[in-house]
Amino acid sequence: MSIIKVENLSKKYIIGHDRHAGSAYRYQSLRDTVAHMARGLYQRLRHPLSPNTENTEIEEFWALKDLNFEIQPGDRVGIIGRNGAGKSTLLKILSRITEPTSGRVEIDGRVASLLEVGTGFHPELTGRENIYLNGAILGMRRAEIRRKFDEIVEFSEIEKFLDTPVKRYSSGMYVRLAFAVAAHLEPEILIIDEVLAVGDAAFQKKCLGKMEDVSKKGRTVLFVSHNMGAVIDLCSRGFLIESGRVAMEGSARGVVRKYLSSTITKSTHKSWTHEAAPGDATCKLRSLTVCQENEPILGSALISSPVQICVSIDVETPANELGLTLLVSDSEGKVIVHTSSMMNRRLRTPDRGQHFLKATLPAYLLNSGDYIVSVVSDIPNNRIIFDEENVISFDVSLDCEEVGRYPANSWTGATGPGIVEWARWEGQDEFPPVP
Amino acid sequence: MSKLVIEAGKADRQYFKDLLAYRELFLLLAWRDVLVRYKQTIIGVAWSVLRPLLTMIVFTIVFGRLAKMPSEGVAYPILVFAALLPWQFFSNTVNEGGNSLISNANMISKVFFPRIIIPTTSMLVSLIDFLISILILSALMVWYQHVPTWKVVFLPLFLGLAAITALGVTYLISALNVKYRDFRYVLPFIIQFGLYISPVGFSSSVVPDNWRLIYSLNPMVGVIDGFRWAIIGNTQMYWPGFFLSVGLAGLLLIFGFGFFRSVEREFADVI
Repeated sequence: MSIIKVENLSKKYIIGHDRHAGSAYRYQSLRDTVAHMARGLYQRLRHPLSPNTENTEIEEFWALKDLNFEIQPGDRVGIIGRNGAGKSTLLKILSRITEPTSGRVEIDGRVASLLEVGTGFHPELTGRENIYLNGAILGMRRAEIRRKFDEIVEFSEIEKFLDTPVKRYSSGMYVRLAFAVAAHLEPEILIIDEVLAVGDAAFQKKCLGKMEDVSKKGRTVLFVSHNMGAVIDLCSRGFLIESGRVAMEGSARGVVRKYLSSTITKSTHKSWTHEAAPGDATCKLRSLTVCQENEPILGSALISSPVQICVSIDVETPANELGLTLLVSDSEGKVIVHTSSMMNRRLRTPDRGQHFLKATLPAYLLNSGDYIVSVVSDIPNNRIIFDEENVISFDVSLDCEEVGRYPANSWTGATGPGIVEWARWEGQDEFPPVP
Repeated sequence: MSKLVIEAGKADRQYFKDLLAYRELFLLLAWRDVLVRYKQTIIGVAWSVLRPLLTMIVFTIVFGRLAKMPSEGVAYPILVFAALLPWQFFSNTVNEGGNSLISNANMISKVFFPRIIIPTTSMLVSLIDFLISILILSALMVWYQHVPTWKVVFLPLFLGLAAITALGVTYLISALNVKYRDFRYVLPFIIQFGLYISPVGFSSSVVPDNWRLIYSLNPMVGVIDGFRWAIIGNTQMYWPGFFLSVGLAGLLLIFGFGFFRSVEREFADVI
């Protein structure tokens, strides 16, 4: 007996294109774009005679198309896919926030959905009042909140500020309180959208732990995230959604691998023409190459020498500060290296013109395996200029004789074995040194 | 646990069951709005007292003293205040409720609950102001030594009629506000206009007899006449007009609710 059964589910949005929008503004997700365009359309319907009518095209967009799947009780399902693949729309339909255009969903249990932390929090109200309010909004009964109240407060670590209006909270406290309420939901089915992206790492871990407890009690969990590590940790099964359809279904680990291998170009180099380059009028990304010893690598990178990630950008309008961030992730999407050109003071304010940057990862930093590079450029505290996920990939192979004595897969660390320096103890004092 | 089925255009089957299931949220949201409103206690309460009091004074001077309108045998302030009670209840509900969906847009796009809860909540908040105004009216009646008759027991009935009228209009306007975002600029004008065409500052007996039925096409005329009839005790009710108002208020509620229902399903997509 399945707990969720989805049959031929489709959802259509009507969108109006604004030809004047150009590339100067970049949307975070298609979901926002759709909402924005839908609003634009309404504006135009209201002013049919206004002169900008010819700038719009009306187009149908199927966020979901003939989606079919079943979920068994106790399944913890990770839903992954690119931005705009329809994940959020699916969650919204399952949470009954929006209606499908056609198709049918059967749900056999109480659903709680967490598409955002702290929905309905009111800044003027105290922490105590907001716990009751937010709990009710998430579908808890008053008696249930009262029963779990102390537990929630303890989890959130804000006892002292319980009777302070949340507008005086730090953003960390705010998120902790909001999470604490959500973490104590006890529905049969829990739907979670990309909400773990906020909050500090330690608290994120605590929440993941709490959610794992929840799912171990036999509850069904649907989890959308771009954090592939979290999907593998939390979920037993995975769905890969591509353009509104289920492209793959299987174990969470298998689906994550498939997703990552399908999204990356199996190439150690990528370049763009000026017209096609990601970016805006400030800066454009022109190329990304993996090198060793200043030469593009052909096959694998060798573990014993530094890996250089070479980026070329065109700065067209010099900004006060411009950051270039590189993320190197392993084949399961776990970020291994996260670094920024801001680390070098001299690179913070690039002039107009083409720039060639080189980020050098020391030898042995990466263990043998497959790696994926993502690149983001932003003006700090202002906006993101481009955000290219999984642009190039490369693999690192063991090459030196010493490590070669062992079977290839026996080095399990995130970093290579040679990053550690071994030596004979040569101090004059007694061994071991006593502090 | 009963099975939930989600299908296009089939939300109606669960609708009233959902309303029942979410009654706690309804009360909590009302509690939130009241709490926020009176959080700065002095300003919140003072405002609820001052607004009707000042309006009453202005109307008494303009219509009672300057225009010398008939006062139905009571002190003019009581005549005005008896009408201000339902009028302010109505205008507060429509004003707050009309914008309520927009100001709770975030909740609507992130959580499911019957959306009609939100505009309905604003009526409960206005009810608090209404109760404060009742206290002011009592004080006025003591001051002018006006003793109400047995008719005053019907006051809750007329309050119910005021609520029906206010909800009908609120549902309509709040839904329009989501659909057409600049509708909010029209709203203050509608409320102001309503004040001019309703007998708040004067008695509806000044309207010529052959116009009274047409005048009663405004449902607030029936509501206000009812309040005066119950509070003052010796005013004449124009019953055909009253029942016309009652009928129209009912139709307005049905239409407003229906329109809200038809637009509701796309709220999350357009808000």
